[in-house]
Amino acid sequence: MKKKRLIPVLLLKNGFLVQSKSFSRYQNLGNPITAVKRLSEWAADELLYLDISKDDTYDMRRDDLGHHNRNNIIEIIKDVSKECCMPVTIGGKIRTLEDIQVRLANGADKVSINTKALEDPVFITETAREFGSQCIIVSMDIKTIDGRYCVMSGGGKVETTHDPVEWAKRAEDRGAGEIFLNSVDRDGARNGYDIDLIKAVSGAVRIPVISCGGVGEWEHFTEALDKTQTDAVAAANIFHYMDQSVFLAKKFLYDKGYNVRPPDLILEERIN
Amino acid sequence: MNNPDVCIIDYGSGNVRSVYNIFKAIHDNIRISNDPADIDEATHIVLPGVGAYGAAMDKLKNLGIIDLLHKNVLEKKKPFLGICVGMQILSDEGFEHGTHKGLGWIHGKVKKMETGDLPLPHVGWNNIIVSGNTSSLCAAFNDVDYYFVHSYYFEPDDLSAVDAVFVYGGEYTAAINRENIYGVQFHPEKSQKAGKLILKKFLSL
Repeated sequence: MKKKRLIPVLLLKNGFLVQSKSFSRYQNLGNPITAVKRLSEWAADELLYLDISKDDTYDMRRDDLGHHNRNNIIEIIKDVSKECCMPVTIGGKIRTLEDIQVRLANGADKVSINTKALEDPVFITETAREFGSQCIIVSMDIKTIDGRYCVMSGGGKVETTHDPVEWAKRAEDRGAGEIFLNSVDRDGARNGYDIDLIKAVSGAVRIPVISCGGVGEWEHFTEALDKTQTDAVAAANIFHYMDQSVFLAKKFLYDKGYNVRPPDLILEERIN
Repeated sequence: MNNPDVCIIDYGSGNVRSVYNIFKAIHDNIRISNDPADIDEATHIVLPGVGAYGAAMDKLKNLGIIDLLHKNVLEKKKPFLGICVGMQILSDEGFEHGTHKGLGWIHGKVKKMETGDLPLPHVGWNNIIVSGNTSSLCAAFNDVDYYFVHSYYFEPDDLSAVDAVFVYGGEYTAAINRENIYGVQFHPEKSQKAGKLILKKFLSL
């Protein structure tokens, strides 16, 4: 049976890995390549890498870690794909077919598009036709405004007229392969996923939904898996707080009988 | 074999680099090439593949190495591994965007999956169910999860060529084998430790 996925999200801002709160406050966590290697060894099912830089300056300023400074996202993708033998999605600042082509050619397996899809929904169809739906994730940032859910553009800053369910269905019709559903309200809040939001969107489309925003403890993953049709549970900040975090989260789900891949260490015991 | 000499065929197919990266993590003696001398020298040959059936065959034809592959795999019987579309083109013909002739090394057809309500492509981690014998490539990996991305599957004429299957709205070929020729529908290069372990097994063949 196809498995539910556990996906660490890595936020990249000007070459640094960062933690985010409410899409507006950021804390530097250091070198993004080292983090990827760590997460890859710890049984993540995929990695989702979001570039939230506001300009094109990338500089890790960390020669001490044995990596050269990287001055653009492509160099970072190349390094990342060398370190991890797993599916990698790259999102952020994708506006043209060429932006996608160059990311896939350098080691990304999929890309996520957000603002450009809202400005020009035909872009979803064009990219799905060119690269295949399996490559195209439409990312949605949702904020509660005046008591209703609103799809935001421009990195969670600009209000649109779209409702999440309506927009997710349109993205699916246009050829999106997956939906990445992120809650601006829950970002960095650690009080759990927005279950009502996930339930509504994952119940409305056939394509897989990846849910994100608000995880502060492992039980938040099980709550989403129990109460919604989400295909994947994602989180960012929680995976950076402790050693072996992804392994421990995966083991928690596996031991409780959820339909997830066993953690790698268990796999090794079984085969050897 | 103590130190297999692995050649990954470079034919402009997408994932050559990631296949190289995972082999490099478990083995030193490895190269990416389409040079006839390298293919002749190799002890193990790997054919990666992402993209459509017909396009993959066209690229092999344009490189003019199909006869050379025949000689090394069918006559010299070197262990050969096809991955995803690299496995599908071992068949006689495929029906992705029209009808295309394959290599015909393992008789059968490559058809679109019929999964009912489940979306295609079949993307994600799914466990394989081993049906082959105990010395097969997949034998030790029954019920292990691998990463899949595809809409078409290999249906061999002789079902005893199926080494493993997966379930997604029906039962489909996950791995295939005839003599020294192996093929996997999934991507070992995206399957972390499970991928490394099965490639190690391939190098021991």
